Amino acid sequence: MSAISISGLVKRYGDLEAVAGLSLDVAEGEVFALLGPNGAGKTTTVEILEGYRSRDAGEVSVLGEDPATAGRGFRDRIGIVLQSSGIDRELAVSEAIDLFGKMYPTRRPTADVLEIVGLVEKADARVKTLSGGQRRRLDLALGIVGEPDLLFLDEPTTGFDPSARRASWRLIDGLRSLGTTILLTTHYMDEAQNLADRVAVMVGGGIVAEGSPDDLGGRATGLVAIRFPLPDGVGIGDLPAPFSAATVERGMACLDVTDPAAPLNQLTGWALERGVDLSNLTVNRPTLEDVYLELTGSEDTNG
Amino acid sequence: MASRLSDPILTWEQVRYQNSMFWRTPVAAFFTLFFPLFFLVLFAVMFGNDRIDIAGRGSFTVAQFYAPSLAVFGAVSATYTNLAIGTAIARDEGILKRFRGTPLRAWSYLGGRIGSGVWIASIAVVAMLVVGAVAYDLHVRVETIPAAIVTFIIGVSCFAALGLAVAGLAPTGDSAPAVANATILPLAFISDVFLPLDDPPRWLEVIGNVFPLKHFVRAFQDVFSPVTTDLGWRWGHLAVMIVWGLIGLGLALKFFAWEPRASSGGRRRRRG
Ligand SMILES: Nc1ncnc2c1ncn2[C@@H]1O[C@H](COP(=O)(O)OP(=O)(O)OP(=O)(O)O)[C@@H](O)[C@H]1O
Ligand SMILES: [Mg+2]
Repeated sequence: MSAISISGLVKRYGDLEAVAGLSLDVAEGEVFALLGPNGAGKTTTVEILEGYRSRDAGEVSVLGEDPATAGRGFRDRIGIVLQSSGIDRELAVSEAIDLFGKMYPTRRPTADVLEIVGLVEKADARVKTLSGGQRRRLDLALGIVGEPDLLFLDEPTTGFDPSARRASWRLIDGLRSLGTTILLTTHYMDEAQNLADRVAVMVGGGIVAEGSPDDLGGRATGLVAIRFPLPDGVGIGDLPAPFSAATVERGMACLDVTDPAAPLNQLTGWALERGVDLSNLTVNRPTLEDVYLELTGSEDTNG
Repeated sequence: MASRLSDPILTWEQVRYQNSMFWRTPVAAFFTLFFPLFFLVLFAVMFGNDRIDIAGRGSFTVAQFYAPSLAVFGAVSATYTNLAIGTAIARDEGILKRFRGTPLRAWSYLGGRIGSGVWIASIAVVAMLVVGAVAYDLHVRVETIPAAIVTFIIGVSCFAALGLAVAGLAPTGDSAPAVANATILPLAFISDVFLPLDDPPRWLEVIGNVFPLKHFVRAFQDVFSPVTTDLGWRWGHLAVMIVWGLIGLGLALKFFAWEPRASSGGRRRRRG
């Protein structure tokens, strides 16, 4: 059964169509990552699913309910980490977790939550004294204290240091193994790669690609990129056969092939024969980030 | 075992939470509790044993006039001013939005804010009356206590509703203190809080009569008035406050928002 099922979702802000006919299914127990550039409509979509925003068209079902009309029983079962929200500066960390935990029919003990998000040492600290990343961990704590079946995480690890990010990945992995369904948005491709069972790339309010992180955009079956610096005095025409089709970017010869075995054999043979140095040769499958940049068409601005 | 705390208990938890936020914000505590007491002492020193004669209402001692008027002022700060400012800022900072995403009932959250405001208001009133009675010979007649309590409840309900209305109407959290203070302070000067207006221009008197503060102050003063021989019920004053309370409630329901206003931009919308 689907935890989340969306079809033909449309949301307009005045003239702007922020979500333009989006359809998506997230299975129960799945970790699903929504990727996309700033302004793609990720937060808008997630907040419609959470019941914060109304929609202009389309069908939405979350845990079998329409979030626009769902009541308290729905909120009992979901956990929300908003992209941006506040908390009283004078509240202590453990007080906040207690206060929010009490609202749910099932709840994790405060001590466990502190442990899970790595705020044990800060249990008695006031919110105003927390660093940005620590505050974000508190957001995470308040999202999981009610033992949700479905957890929404809108850019949960923004502002985390690398080790905190790894720790939160372990946390999310732990929730996955408990059967929690997770919908997250992120700008970190390594995060999507590590966490998500499936990812979708959103651009301009619609989904342009969807799949597992390993084969998004045909990545698993796609081309392999061979690159090496073109030796001095050597032109494209001097290279062995398949490389006459190579392109040259900033002094690097680049060739995309389906199977690199034969071209590499020819290239290395040619290099040995001529005494050409190939120590900077690389053979790469496109990373998730490469595919993402390709799909979002933003390589020039971001890459 | 999957069972949730009952709604009254959750509301009570919210009252406790708002109370501790109040006590941890010394500025609010200072203006609401200490400020009115300071004025009482100041007026007592300035006017000493002078009597305040008001045509048609009798001759008041300083304490008989100012203890009730400043008690009301403290109660109004605790409800109207604090609710307007606190709720508007909590909205802009995304605190209300976070609560909205939990199973907590909306009325439990608001009940927490209102309940805490009323609790602080009663501390302000009791502190004022105790200081008045102990230091300045304020006489409290037992028969008028029920009227005093009912007047207090109607008054703080009215001003709590108006405070929430202002929170909803204030475009941003930053503007809420300005709106709240710019309305209540001028009104206090024409509502017998800081001085009895002696033969004011007609229009000032009319403005004072239209708004609820003067009615709260007068009803409360009459409870402690030397010429009051009845039980202290001032139905006319109470009726005006009830009408304003209902207007406030209507506006609050219409304009209340859980999310930061789009126009308030990103400055207060901090993460986490
Ligand atoms: N309340 C609003 N009123 C008007 N326009 C809005 C509102 N919220 C979002 N938008 C617009 O809708 C578009 C999608 O915004 P959204 O916040 O959903 O993007 P996002 O994918 O979450 O971006 P980011 O990665 O920066 O968080 C943007 O162009 C944004 O300016
Ligand atoms: Mg967003």
